[in-house]
Amino acid sequence: MKIIVCIKQVPDAKDVRLDPETNTLAREGVDSIMNPFDQHALEAGVSLKESCGGEVTVLSMGPPQADAVLRQAISCGADHGVLVSDRSFAGADTWATSYTLAKAVDQIGTYDLIICGKQAIDGDTAQVGPGLAMRLGIPYATCIQKIRSADESTIVFERMMDDGYDVLQSGYPLLMTVVKDINEPRVPSLRGKMKAKKAEIRVLSAEDIAADPTCIGLPGSPTQVVKVFPPEPRGARAILTGDLDEQVEQLVEKLKPYLV
Amino acid sequence: MLTIDKKLCIGCGICEDQCPFAAIEIVDNIAVVGDNCNLCGACVEACEVEALSIDDTGKVIQDDLESWSGIWVFCEFTRGELATVSTELLGIGRTLADKRRVRLSAVLLGHMTGDCADTLIGHGADIVYRVDNPGLELFTDDMYEKVLSDLIKEHKPEVILAGATAIGRSFIPGVATSVDAGLTADCTKLEIREDDGALLQTRPAFGGNIMATIVCPHTRPQMATVRPKVMKELPFDTEREGQVIDIMPTPRQLTSRIKVLESVTATQSNVNIQESDILVSGGRGLDSEKGFELIARLAEALGGNVSASRAVVDAGWIPYPHQVGQTGKTVAPKLYVACGISGAIQHVAGMQSSETIVAINRDAEAPIFNVADFGIVGDLNEVIPKLIAKIEEKRGS
Repeated sequence: MKIIVCIKQVPDAKDVRLDPETNTLAREGVDSIMNPFDQHALEAGVSLKESCGGEVTVLSMGPPQADAVLRQAISCGADHGVLVSDRSFAGADTWATSYTLAKAVDQIGTYDLIICGKQAIDGDTAQVGPGLAMRLGIPYATCIQKIRSADESTIVFERMMDDGYDVLQSGYPLLMTVVKDINEPRVPSLRGKMKAKKAEIRVLSAEDIAADPTCIGLPGSPTQVVKVFPPEPRGARAILTGDLDEQVEQLVEKLKPYLV
Repeated sequence: MLTIDKKLCIGCGICEDQCPFAAIEIVDNIAVVGDNCNLCGACVEACEVEALSIDDTGKVIQDDLESWSGIWVFCEFTRGELATVSTELLGIGRTLADKRRVRLSAVLLGHMTGDCADTLIGHGADIVYRVDNPGLELFTDDMYEKVLSDLIKEHKPEVILAGATAIGRSFIPGVATSVDAGLTADCTKLEIREDDGALLQTRPAFGGNIMATIVCPHTRPQMATVRPKVMKELPFDTEREGQVIDIMPTPRQLTSRIKVLESVTATQSNVNIQESDILVSGGRGLDSEKGFELIARLAEALGGNVSASRAVVDAGWIPYPHQVGQTGKTVAPKLYVACGISGAIQHVAGMQSSETIVAINRDAEAPIFNVADFGIVGDLNEVIPKLIAKIEEKRGS
């Protein structure tokens, strides 16, 4: 089975905080990591390869530094890494990003399955996976929580819904996005790390993927950010006083409207 | 490209502070842009001397912008019920439509929708496009996408809103790609400019650390999703009149390459926390999985449901559907009780719109108290049992 896993390098959200005095982002020591959902996508791809045979190609769009997450993916079992990187991709929204990734997939060649994380933790849009499938003209399903079975012609899996889950069956090609419940990502082995160090990452430019300049980066993005501002602060600190019984008494008094 | 006018730049460093990507550096009293600039525009907005600008030449402007008219709301109907977000969206949709002096239409997909169309009209719709067919009983992305995309291409609405539910967040991005529309996810505020009809879409960005307003100046339609409980529905008006247009889906639309073998409804431990009016949420301060028994008892006493922070979901104490926050669900219940939750920004981003927030935590310095309306500093194992007893006493009296 030929599998493509899409991954994104993101700032580690745990480290991103708002400086309360200046209302700007405190980014001292913010590390770049592989988007957490994509780690599960990668694990899903590598385990399918191990059970069904085949190979896993990891694909990322980003600045040259994103090379690091592709190597990390190789250390965890991916076979090939492709970085689609060009200054002209800057400012891409999800529309332009899915276009760019689709053109890159065309360069990679044939595939059976594309796996993405449910969403990236910096943008939180969950739009690139479905957008990529639409551009490639293949079916997709999002928020997959379990792969029940997979062979060379059919795959059966569970899609998380708001109030339960659906069991779905599909042939190939297919694109799926996964949630964290699907698996536990492995840690890289020493051999994997050695392999990642030596691996050759294929870098594709806008020209290499024959991208239409009007469809990439800022010019290719229908959405435009026009204003950025800090969120309105919520009510003030109100810690109740008195001994514990008094505090509980006061609290229940305040909660009266909700006790119907 | 982001360009810096070296004559105007005074090297004050405001842009350096504002850049969420750390892509600007002041070198020799002049701002310099790095490779990781994402063209988000935060610096352009912040610059006091207007030294920064983003050049967007090369943009192709759609030539039929004027021919797109009307506000649409996708209305979700599953398992025999209309999703509550549908009528909430008709509320904001009505405001947008009135401002633009256009009609508000609801698009209803499903099977055995009964008198749902009347409900939608009573809550603000002028027109209901009803596609009621056995083939649409179970949700599949490709069928829903084809039906909605084809309707959009035929009727050309300027705006399409949908709920950011599991279904909406799944097939709406497919529709946006199919009709070449800009799509903004999880908007918390929507306004429309009267003159050019630009939809001003505001959403949290970078994990809720900043808010961004997004527009699609050169393309139509404009699409946005909104999470449940963010907008308010209009009261049902029995006098309101509207038109119901029944649409027969084509065989091509009703073909799916993915087959639904089974649809499993929630068990009790899997309740949709976005629909709850009262949530009692547990975090790392519970010390162990057993702590959730206490949380469940308090939730029961209050008549609410149980939710959790990311830390305890990651620890495996409670399943993912209960997770509140940036990588979980956004909730806005009437009452949110945070127990043993420190209040990391990612968590706060997912619950700060709650009407009343109560925090119980043994650490008086925990940031959760900054967003709490009422806080108790103390040990959960002491506070919660007392709280339950008091609530039961109040209810009894």
